[in-house]
Amino acid sequence: MLVPIIILVVLVLVVLFVVGIYNGLVTKRNRVDEANSQIQVQFQRRHDLIPNLVNAVKGYMDFEKGVLEAVTTARANAVAAGAQGPEAQGQAENALTGTLRSLFAVVENYPDLKANQNVLSLQEQVTTTENQISFSRQHYNATVLEFNNSLQVFPNVLIAGPMGFTKREFFAAEADASAVPVVNLG
Amino acid sequence: MTTKTFYSEESANRRNSIFLLIIVIAFLAVFGFVIGFSIGYGSGQEVAFGVGALIIAVVIGSISGVFSYYGGDKLVLASSHAREVTAEQAPQLYNVVSEMAIAAGVPMPKVYIIDDPSPNAFATGRDPQHSSIAVTSGLLQKMNREELQGVLGHELSHVRNYDIRFTLLVGVMVGSIALLAGFFLRYTFWFGGGRRGNDRDNGGGGLAIVLLVVGLVMAAVSYFFGALVQMAVSRQREYLADASSVELTRNPHGLESALAKLAADTESLHSVNGATQHLYIVNPLKKLGGGSALFSTHPPIVDRINRLRQLTGEAPIDQTETRQLSGLQ
Repeated sequence: MLVPIIILVVLVLVVLFVVGIYNGLVTKRNRVDEANSQIQVQFQRRHDLIPNLVNAVKGYMDFEKGVLEAVTTARANAVAAGAQGPEAQGQAENALTGTLRSLFAVVENYPDLKANQNVLSLQEQVTTTENQISFSRQHYNATVLEFNNSLQVFPNVLIAGPMGFTKREFFAAEADASAVPVVNLG
Repeated sequence: MTTKTFYSEESANRRNSIFLLIIVIAFLAVFGFVIGFSIGYGSGQEVAFGVGALIIAVVIGSISGVFSYYGGDKLVLASSHAREVTAEQAPQLYNVVSEMAIAAGVPMPKVYIIDDPSPNAFATGRDPQHSSIAVTSGLLQKMNREELQGVLGHELSHVRNYDIRFTLLVGVMVGSIALLAGFFLRYTFWFGGGRRGNDRDNGGGGLAIVLLVVGLVMAAVSYFFGALVQMAVSRQREYLADASSVELTRNPHGLESALAKLAADTESLHSVNGATQHLYIVNPLKKLGGGSALFSTHPPIVDRINRLRQLTGEAPIDQTETRQLSGLQ
C-alpha cells in the first residue's frame, strides 16, 4: 500500500515541477514581447516630437533648409518602415537619429537658437527620447538574456524544446551605428 | 582588463545580505529556544515554550513592521517636506527618472523634490508599483545629466531590488530579538529564583543554570548584535544599488563622479532622523570625524568609488583624491 502512494506523490511533485518551469518560461517570453513593444512606443514618441522641433527652428535657419528637409524626410521614412519589419525599421530609425544629430550640430552655430528656451526644451526632449530608445533596447536585451538562460539551463533544457520555446535574438547595433554623422552645410 | 563585472558584484552583494539575514534568523531561533527552555525547564514542555516565545516575539515585532510597510513611504515623504513634481515642472529630472525606469523595467515612480541645498536623494515604497523617488534641489543644482542618471539609477535600483522590503524584514527580526531580550531580562529579574529551586532535587539544576546564563549573555549582546547586523545589511544593499545602477546606465563614471561631488559636500541635510537615514544615497547626517564604519548605514564613499573603478580597471583612489575626481578644485 505504501509503495503506490510514494510513487503517486513523486509523480505529483514531478508534474508540479514541470508546470513551474513551463509557467516561468511563458512569463519570461511575454516579458521579451512586451519589451519589444515598448521600443515601438519610444519610436512613436520621437515621430510625434519632430514636427514641433522642425517648426521651432525653421524661422531661424533659412540657410539650412537641406538639414531640415533631411530630418523631415527621414521621419517619414521611419514611420513608413514601421510596417516593413524590424530590420528595415531599425535602419530607418538609425538614419533618423543621424539627421537629428546633424541638426543639433548645426544649431550650435546659431547663438540665438542655442539660447532659445523653446529649442532648449525640445533639445532635452530629443535627448531623453534618444536615451529612452537606447534603454528600451537595452531592457529588451536583458529580458532576452533572462529568457534564453531559462531555456538553456538544466533541467529546463530537457523540456523547453518539446514545449515549443525557442531562443530569441538580441538587438544588435548596426555596423555603421558608431559612425559620426557628416554635417553637410552645402 | 577588468576583473569584475557589475553582475558579479551584484551576486556577491545579494549573497552577503542573504547570509546576514540567515544569521539574524538563526540567532532569533536559538535565542527563542534558549529562553523557552530556560523558562519552561523541568515542565516537560520546553519545546512548546520555545516555539511559543518565538511566535509571540515575531508577531509583536511584525505589527510595527506592517505599519511601516504600508504607510512608511508617506510618512517619510511628509517628514522630509518633499513636494511632488510633474514632467512640466521638472522636465530633466522627470525625464532621467523615466529613462532609468525604462532601463529597469519598472513602472514610473512618483517624483518629489526636497528644497534643501544639501545634495541627496532617496527612494521609498513597498514595491515597484508603489514607489517614490525624492531628490533635493541641491542635488539638481550640483549634478550634470550624466551624474543625475547615475544617482537616479542607484535609487531606482533600491526599488527594483525590493530593498525597502528587505531591510524591513531584517528590522522586524532584529526587533523581535530585542523584544525577547527585554522580556527575558525582566523575567529573570522578577522570577529568577522560583523554578530552578524545584529542579535541584531532580539534579537538573546545572543545565538550567547554563541555559539561564546563555540566555542572559545572548540578551545582553542582542542589542549590539542587532545594530551591527542591520548596519551591515544596509551597507551591502548600498553596494548592490551602486552595482545595479551601473547595470542600468552601463556607465560607471556618472555615478563615480556624482559620489565624488557628494563626498566633497559637508553640509548635513535638515529634517532627517535615524529612521529615514538609511534610505538616502549618502549618509545625510554628517558627523564631524566620520564615525565608525561598522555602525554606519552607508559604506565610506571612497570605498564605493573604488568598487566602481574596479569595474573599469582603474586604480583605486584615497580620501584626499575625491575632491580632484569631482572636478571641484
